[in-house]
Amino acid sequence: MQALGPLILSWRSVLAPGIVALTAVVTMLVGSGLSEDESESVGWIALTGLVAAAIASLAASGDHIVTFGGSLIIDDYTAFFYLLIPVCSAVVVLFSFDYVAALGLPATEYYALLLFATTGMMLMAGAGDLIVMFLGLETMSISAYVMAAMAQRDPKSSEAGLKYFLLGAFSTGFLLYGIALLYGATGSIKLEAVAQMVRKHSIALSPFVLLGLGLILVGFGFKVAAAPFHVWTPDAYEGAPTSVTALMAVGIKLGAFAGFIRVLLIYLAPLHAQWSGVLWALAALSMTVGNLAALAQENIKRMLAYSAIAHAGYILVGMTAGRSEVGPALLYYLLGYAFANLGAFAVLVAVEQAQQSGTKLDDLSGLARNHPMLAAAMALFMLSLMGMPPLAGFVGKFYIFSVALESRYVWLVIIATLNSVVSAYYYARVIVAMYMREGAERQAQTRQPTLLFALAVAALATVIIGLLPHPYISASSAAYASAEQVLRPATAALQTK
Amino acid sequence: MIVEFPALNLLLLMPAIGVAFNLFFGYRLGRSAVNTVSVGVVAIAFALSVWATVKLATMPPGSCLQAQLGPWIYAGPLRLDVLLRFDALAAVMSLVVSGVGCLIHIYSCGYMGEDPDFARYFAYMNLFTFSMLLLVLAGNLLLMFVGWEGVGLCSYLLIAFWYDNPLFAFNGRKAFVVNRIGDVGFLLGIFVLFSAFASHGLWTLDFAEMRERAGLISPAIATIACLLLFFGATGKSAQIPLYVWLPDAMVGPTPVSALIHAATMVTAGVYVVARLNFLFALSPSTMEAVATIGTVTAFFAATIALAQSDIKRVLAYSTISQIGYMFLGAGVGAFGAAIFHVVTHAFFKALLFLGAGSVIHALGGEQDMNRMGGLRRRMPLTHAAMLAGTLAISAVPGFSGFFSKDEILQAAYTSGHKTLWLIAVVTAGLTGLYMFRLFFLTFYGKPRLSEERFAEVHEPPFVMAMPLVVLAALSVFGGLIGLPEGVLWGNQIGAFLAPITGRVSAAPAQAVMLLSAITSGVTFIGIILALIGYVVIPTLPERLAAWAQGLYRLLWSKYYVDELYDFLITRPVLFLSSAILGRNVDSLAIDAVVDGTGEAVQGGATAVRRVETGNVQHYVLIYLGGVLLIVGYYLLSALRH
Repeated sequence: MQALGPLILSWRSVLAPGIVALTAVVTMLVGSGLSEDESESVGWIALTGLVAAAIASLAASGDHIVTFGGSLIIDDYTAFFYLLIPVCSAVVVLFSFDYVAALGLPATEYYALLLFATTGMMLMAGAGDLIVMFLGLETMSISAYVMAAMAQRDPKSSEAGLKYFLLGAFSTGFLLYGIALLYGATGSIKLEAVAQMVRKHSIALSPFVLLGLGLILVGFGFKVAAAPFHVWTPDAYEGAPTSVTALMAVGIKLGAFAGFIRVLLIYLAPLHAQWSGVLWALAALSMTVGNLAALAQENIKRMLAYSAIAHAGYILVGMTAGRSEVGPALLYYLLGYAFANLGAFAVLVAVEQAQQSGTKLDDLSGLARNHPMLAAAMALFMLSLMGMPPLAGFVGKFYIFSVALESRYVWLVIIATLNSVVSAYYYARVIVAMYMREGAERQAQTRQPTLLFALAVAALATVIIGLLPHPYISASSAAYASAEQVLRPATAALQTK
Repeated sequence: MIVEFPALNLLLLMPAIGVAFNLFFGYRLGRSAVNTVSVGVVAIAFALSVWATVKLATMPPGSCLQAQLGPWIYAGPLRLDVLLRFDALAAVMSLVVSGVGCLIHIYSCGYMGEDPDFARYFAYMNLFTFSMLLLVLAGNLLLMFVGWEGVGLCSYLLIAFWYDNPLFAFNGRKAFVVNRIGDVGFLLGIFVLFSAFASHGLWTLDFAEMRERAGLISPAIATIACLLLFFGATGKSAQIPLYVWLPDAMVGPTPVSALIHAATMVTAGVYVVARLNFLFALSPSTMEAVATIGTVTAFFAATIALAQSDIKRVLAYSTISQIGYMFLGAGVGAFGAAIFHVVTHAFFKALLFLGAGSVIHALGGEQDMNRMGGLRRRMPLTHAAMLAGTLAISAVPGFSGFFSKDEILQAAYTSGHKTLWLIAVVTAGLTGLYMFRLFFLTFYGKPRLSEERFAEVHEPPFVMAMPLVVLAALSVFGGLIGLPEGVLWGNQIGAFLAPITGRVSAAPAQAVMLLSAITSGVTFIGIILALIGYVVIPTLPERLAAWAQGLYRLLWSKYYVDELYDFLITRPVLFLSSAILGRNVDSLAIDAVVDGTGEAVQGGATAVRRVETGNVQHYVLIYLGGVLLIVGYYLLSALRH
């Protein structure tokens, strides 16, 4: 326990999430004073706060420091997500403005909850103990449950919120139980202390540690929507307002994976032999179920939900490998995944509004003629999710699979590659519908500068991250390496023994 | 001495800028903008080439300029850069490519003045120039291959430029396919070289480094690699056995033919052999093969040219024949002479094609010499220019072709290839005969056009006439850069190229005189025969043709080589692909596997979809199932310890 050093209270570790949380409070205060028509403008406050937080993320970068008695960690890994998560939330805000008004969502609550959810995600990325991790996860999840149910006019939205909440609560129980078991076995909730304890052979294989590990896997598996804990995903994604779906598919995934990767790959690395088998199964199942089920979907949001499950599977493939080489690949993959998904949902939001239609595949028919730019952007995002060179999705997939292959997970990579082939079909279906089907003549082009800006950001990121991957890969490597610093001295000590 | 010279990047990129401009703005900004930019970029490239050459000439022999456009492929130990290198050989080639290319671009402004597709045309022309410059300037073999392929692509695009004519499209495809066959050899050659050098720790395929370490390569490997590369060269440079595309390439716009034959494309093969001379020198048997194929091609193509009536077709076979001479030169070790012949050939062949283009343009697309005749009165300027070109290609003493061809023939003789020399001399006579046949049929004798059409024949406009005049001057005087040793300033180009290509020892002065006299004598015999046959006694050729009907038919039908290839290769391949692979393997076996997979996946999808009932209790059950499996797994493994 002495290894944790003196108690450091650093503003650097809380600046970025603090700004977001504070903005949420300001949003509520300002919003409560505004009439319903004016309340849209709180979106701008939210946007400002998110941008400020993204800039403030720089404060968290640097060498690995544990602050607040082990609760929060400052390093490049934290900074990486402190930057990425607010940016993704900001993109969601950008395409929410008119959409919130069109659906009649309560703007003040919408933006406040979005900011709270963002705070939670960021806490998960920076958490240094299991309680803060859990706190972040719950902050993020509870906000998301409410947001999913926000479109009160739409019964599907309420259904989505309720299902998400019920299963979420269920899953929280398992996660908390897992944390409790780990605490019981190791005597600490601090990740660093837990890591030191499980290095000892006798403790590592105690039933409490193993059970705790299993239940933590269940809890995180639920949040990242890995099969078989994915069953809520399609219903929740379909019923929630599309911009909320985007937040769920991107932000929540980012937060959950940020925590999951840190806990498992870095702190519980000594237990690799114990968890890799389970992850192997989760990965294979997620990819197969996700891709197969996506084939049969007619609703694009549902299809993207299954696609998100499949992508969680691809990321789990990398995590199964568990070597430190795979860390940068995972972070890079998340980057590409985030922007392609944000873009796809932004297009859906635009289509819903421009055409006053739903999000069925048929609603996209002939989009290339009516809205050529939207169609081109959507095609780009689908190709990236498919893993088509030279887009970000391809580089990420290639990177993860090649590291997994080097780690001799040959069969898993074969399964993953076959799944990629299958996935091409349903992504291509979207492109076929947009470009090769005749759609009803629709017009009413709504001009939304913020939405177009969000689309442009997502499209540019998808292209640039894929075309010039080097700076992003090195940023990912630096981030992961700084998170790994915690292990080095201890590992060295272990080896000299 | 190696000097960094970043302007090389600009030299290469100028035509690329032209391509982008023409593609994206060409039609919007109109014809005059397209003409200005397309010619301008090539002219700037030429100016930069001149600048670089002047700089290079002031440096000690064996120096080069280089520029790095950026890293290209770094994978493991493999390190390939986009490295441009400007040595003496690259200097000569890039001057020719950009200089003659620029004149052809200028001429095109007039020739394509009515064509609605001008922007596409000039985009392709610029791309052609770009590819050829890349080929010439590339510092490593793989980068050169990019240019090599680009040249092949552009030839296809331009030959089939008027693609709505099915025959033209077919001929474009033929050029492409034949070139691809050669490319297979070329690629295999690169692979052999790469593995050979890589096993000695050289992973860059850089020409200079390969040259330094050529000694590491065993003669057997060198022979294999060089034969494969040479096979590729026969494709681009239209030699036996892959020459068949070039005569059919005549269907493109005539300036394109000029570009393909003079400045780009067909000289690429000769350039590659000259560039890799240090490897070819390791393999005497390959050198023999190069010399022999060159000579046989030269003779063979010259005989075909005798019996053709399409003016461009005669020129096409003359190109094949002249390139044969270049390979003869390369094969006997006179790489410098071969490149010298590339240069003079570029002058006079561009001139001849552009002159022929003027005739065709004036006659409204007529290419058959049997319908021409007497044109010298209507087109005195074109007539004079064509005369200069014909004298130059026939290697009449004093004209440019004489010096370069003579150097090749002397090298062939002094290196002991007496049989090849003899065939080449006979071919020189044939060259005089068929070229003056073309000249007389076109410009002399009675007009065979109808009165009205003959009256409409006119000289080309200034933009087309100007390049003719410049090229005519070059065809007449261009040979002065490579006079025989001991005459005035001697062989300047040979000395300039010597650090790269090496030099062959010259024959004694008396032998030189004698050999030149023999060649020139044979050439004059050919010219006189043409004069007799096509001016003095115009009925003679017909009687001759009737007398030796079989031979005439054989020549007229180009030895039936196209038919032979069709029978031996095209038909069997088509049969294999459609009757066997298409009807059986593809539709029965592969389709079944593909469809079956698809159906199986769809079935799986439906099954998985059924799990999603929308019922939360079911969801919890599935979830719990997962939890139980994981918990059970860990409990079991805990129990085991």
